[in-house]
Amino acid sequence: MSSVAVIDYGMGNLHSIAKALQHASPDVEVRIVADPRLILQADRVVFPGVGAIRDCMQALTDAGLPEVIRQVAESRPLLGICLGMQALLTDSEENDHTRCLNVVPGHVLHFTRPLLNQHGETLKIPHMGWNQVHQRQPHPLWRNIPQDSRFYFVHSYYVQPDDQSVIAAVTEYPDPFTCALSCGNIFAVQFHPEKSQEVGLQLLKNFLSWDGAS
Amino acid sequence: MSLAKRIIPCLDVDNGRVVKGVKFVAIRDAGDPVEVARRYDQEGADEITFLDITASSDDRETMVHVVEEVAGEVFIPLTVGGGIRTLDDIRRMLNAGADKVGINTAAVCNPEFVREAARRFGSQCIVVAIDAKQVSLPGEPGRWEIFTHGGRKPTGLDAVAWAKKMAAYGAGEILLTSMDRDGTRQGFDLSLTRAISEAVPIPVIASGGVGNLQHLADGIIAGKADAVLAASIFHFAEYTIRQAKVCMAARGIEVRL
Repeated sequence: MSSVAVIDYGMGNLHSIAKALQHASPDVEVRIVADPRLILQADRVVFPGVGAIRDCMQALTDAGLPEVIRQVAESRPLLGICLGMQALLTDSEENDHTRCLNVVPGHVLHFTRPLLNQHGETLKIPHMGWNQVHQRQPHPLWRNIPQDSRFYFVHSYYVQPDDQSVIAAVTEYPDPFTCALSCGNIFAVQFHPEKSQEVGLQLLKNFLSWDGAS
Repeated sequence: MSLAKRIIPCLDVDNGRVVKGVKFVAIRDAGDPVEVARRYDQEGADEITFLDITASSDDRETMVHVVEEVAGEVFIPLTVGGGIRTLDDIRRMLNAGADKVGINTAAVCNPEFVREAARRFGSQCIVVAIDAKQVSLPGEPGRWEIFTHGGRKPTGLDAVAWAKKMAAYGAGEILLTSMDRDGTRQGFDLSLTRAISEAVPIPVIASGGVGNLQHLADGIIAGKADAVLAASIFHFAEYTIRQAKVCMAARGIEVRL
């Protein structure tokens, strides 16, 4: 039986993710873990997160996790979700510039105000709700997920990786931003697959059968 | 390609049971929140909101179990409102599987609570619920006041100013209910909805007064709402959520079909 660890560092709703993973693949052992040793024992690792980036980085550091996450990325499939995706970049504009893990070189930026659509209407921030995910490259995690499917988003910052070739999908709000990136063993998404009904469960299922790039 | 406007069915839950009657043909137990939530999920609801109307705080624990059960089966965002007064209340609901909590009276009593909650848990999960009633006279420019305790208790707070303050304090979203329209089936108070939506940078959910599907579309087009919430038109199976979305799409609104 394969196992997946959901990293518990005090940021976010881990139970939703754990329940969704279990629902997506009932025969996988899902563990919510904080202990670095247990994280490194799992076949796959999910790195979730909601809230503010500085608290997130502080919590990761306090728990001794930055190095663990780097080790995971080198050795087994890692799925970053929302703030867990943003934390993988080099730095973030949030909280007066916060240094992040620099596992994927690039920056995390705030949606610039005012955000106007083509009709001149102001778009709300956070970007909240169901938006279309336009796949930019084939990937095992997109299996059985139709192009431009809608996933659930809630965020005010977005990632901008230095290397354009890691962009796995984009979403428009109103300009295209990176909503999914793929880099070696890492797949990271800005949206919440655990809250995106069938397409979200399919993505989690795909992750749980993905063996990564190495 | 753009962000879809959301349709959110709302369920009133009293001591663990859905009240105000839900009539679905294919449902065995219309009082079971899990079964009703599952049905709305299948119909294409974009989120589900539970309003806990349990009178006794001793029975609040029941709501935690309801959320746990629903979150284990329904994988769309869940909001829980009613009786959220402390950071601990929020933590319990989020741990049970809620994605957002609605704060109403506690915000009016202590606005700092919203700031603390947003700092602790993130703005994305803090919905400030506003119950507003028109206080301007006919012919005057629209003015609305915040009421608490189910619309019985005036607060003297101007609704637009209050909504702006709550956004500045870290609310991630406003759930706006017109007390004048709630239960009337005459449609949303569109002037109120538009006034609030244009005043705040965060999403606004329109609520109160939906009697037909055109009302939902009106809330988005004329009221400038980002999402629409309704209870009775879905509960009594007059319309399905899918029909609502088809109607909205026909009026040019982007929806998740």
